[in-house]
Amino acid sequence: MKIILKNEEVETMQVYLDNNATTMCDPKVVEAMQPYFSEQYGNPNSLHKFGSSIHPALMHAIDQTYTALNAADSDDIVFTSGATESNNWVLQSVWVDHILHGHKNHIITSEVEHPAILATCKFLEDQGVKVTYLPVNNEGTVEAHTVKSFITEKTALVTIMWASNETGMINPIKEIGEICKEKGVLFHTDAVQAIGKIPVDLQDVHVDFLSFSAHKFHGPKGIGGLYIKDSQPLTPLLHGGSQMGGRRSGTLNVPYIVGLGKAIELATTNIQATMASIRAKRDRLEDALLELSDVFVVGNRANRTPNTILISIKGVEGEGMLWDLNNGQIGASTGSACASEDLEANTVMLAIGADNELAHTGIRLSLSRFTTDTEIDYVISHFKNAVERLRNISSSFAKQAPTKGGEVQECELHHHH
Amino acid sequence: MAKADMIGASLWDAYSNKVTTLMNNPRYQGEIFEAEAESRGHKLIVADFGAESCGDAVRLYWEIDPNTDTIVDSRFKSFGCGTAIASSDVMTELCIGKKVEEAVKITNIDVEMALRDTPDVPAVPPQKMHCSVMAYDVIKKAAGLYMGVDADSFETEIIVCECARVSLGTLQEVIRLNDLKTVEEITDYTKAGGFCKSCIKPGGHEAMDYYLVDILADTRREMENEKMKAAADAQAQGNMKFEDMTLVQQIKAIDAIIDESVRQFLIMDGGDMEIVDIKKNEEHFDVYIRYLGACNGCASSSTGTLYAIESTLQEKLSGYIRVLPI
Repeated sequence: MKIILKNEEVETMQVYLDNNATTMCDPKVVEAMQPYFSEQYGNPNSLHKFGSSIHPALMHAIDQTYTALNAADSDDIVFTSGATESNNWVLQSVWVDHILHGHKNHIITSEVEHPAILATCKFLEDQGVKVTYLPVNNEGTVEAHTVKSFITEKTALVTIMWASNETGMINPIKEIGEICKEKGVLFHTDAVQAIGKIPVDLQDVHVDFLSFSAHKFHGPKGIGGLYIKDSQPLTPLLHGGSQMGGRRSGTLNVPYIVGLGKAIELATTNIQATMASIRAKRDRLEDALLELSDVFVVGNRANRTPNTILISIKGVEGEGMLWDLNNGQIGASTGSACASEDLEANTVMLAIGADNELAHTGIRLSLSRFTTDTEIDYVISHFKNAVERLRNISSSFAKQAPTKGGEVQECELHHHH
Repeated sequence: MAKADMIGASLWDAYSNKVTTLMNNPRYQGEIFEAEAESRGHKLIVADFGAESCGDAVRLYWEIDPNTDTIVDSRFKSFGCGTAIASSDVMTELCIGKKVEEAVKITNIDVEMALRDTPDVPAVPPQKMHCSVMAYDVIKKAAGLYMGVDADSFETEIIVCECARVSLGTLQEVIRLNDLKTVEEITDYTKAGGFCKSCIKPGGHEAMDYYLVDILADTRREMENEKMKAAADAQAQGNMKFEDMTLVQQIKAIDAIIDESVRQFLIMDGGDMEIVDIKKNEEHFDVYIRYLGACNGCASSSTGTLYAIESTLQEKLSGYIRVLPI
């Protein structure tokens, strides 16, 4: 079922604006991976040539990764299945090392972290760990002084995301890192939404642990990493054949590690120029959408990842909007109640203190370096038509008032943590 | 969880063609204004249900002929997802031509059935059933406004699960009749709790007056109390089967038999015994005993005496009793 666009001369095209969920794997990355499936398939841990011949490619991928993040040679970057594993590893092993077998009992995180952090914290709470979920300000960011005020002698770990997947808002990681260093508390950051979008320099900021996933920066799915400063101790999550220096067992995923190396190199080389180009397209799209009445965008642009817009459209329910965008072959995202399995309102929007209405009307558009100006033009046109159609149906814009007694009191929104 | 659940369903693919078609082109979307209705000699009723802040909202317009109480025309406006818009559209269609007293009998289940492509395939996935509940609520509200009565007066019983329209009475009855022990079993028997899940326990999408976990706990507690009371009554009347007794009753019953038929012989020989424990072992009742005094170490204590005790208890109480000395 297709909606006939009012503007008939706009041709139908496919536009992917959900790059904070996942990205297209860059064909150059696929090309780099290709030889390591059926040609050079050896296990790098084997002694024979089939195995040892793989080492140069792996070393190259490791070099690419260290360079991209400006990690020191004394640091470890361990390849994992992705940030979900990396996040679980840090949280669960800090629990084992410093809480079960130490004298700490407290972890600090924020209300707006990814489920890979929040659900793991919930699991640790069930094991008796105290977890503080820091609030965010109305821009959606954690303030460094808030972190400082919640650190106690019992705090084992602070874990705060570098940038938000939902809003794109960037947290003050450098400041939080300094506070943690000064207080002697371990600091972890989920940098999934930062790498490839903003500069990440691990010799400029103090972080003990940092998680990332390749598929967020045009690498393949199912591969990522955990950075461990100064190769400090951290009990492994996966036990087995002692690969990766005993830190993470399991036969090395050679083609995917090669792909990650290529992807992170492409995503971070000339990042300023690439991001300026994405930012220009994002700003043009945002400006055009802000011409609509009764809309608002979360967070100021200067402190936001340059590819992200979280826009709230009065009177247009999020899933309904996604539906119309999908009819126009546009892929976007919403955290609205109706679209999610658990029917909850967008927790990030609630956390930033947005009006309850807005929690159900958020649409996230996230661009990539492959997004074109033609696509932006198409999205602007289709987006505006969709808003017009849905507002025409919407009760929020109806003119005839209800019969006396037929009105509704404001809904008490049930907000659960 | 099973193979079919490993990657989760694609939400929109589970919508019927009718839902998709009506979301794209709702037929009854629009407004009726008071002046228009009055000019035709009709009465306009406009009722709201839900709000933007709840995540979905609907406004229902009824143009009613006051001479016949018939809804001659109807329209809706909706803030909601595809299911909410399609449900509102079908609800509006179902109202047209009906008398108000007939329209008030339309339920969310009628709306969902009307959205199906084929009678036995649901129109929407379970978590979306909730979206059609508003249709039912807004009709009751409109009818209440027209008839000058409270909307709740149309509800004759307490509905616990709005999606599947299962009442408190039905739930209590099903739990009792089928001896249900878990919420999952309740959902299997009644479908209650199988859709938006708000009614399972506090903390869901909507706050409810009743939750399945509480109803289950309360009903089971009542059942337990009744069972204990029945056991006590039956025992008082002396016609209780050993297998149906509570543990305390079983211990008392065994003690009584021992006192009556066994202990005197043991005491004559300078010994005694006591009951240590009773354990249910599959269909058997294992009665653990300890010999005291002269019985302790007596050669017959593990043969003849034991056999006598066991066969006495088996004969007088239950064939499933086994006696084990420790």
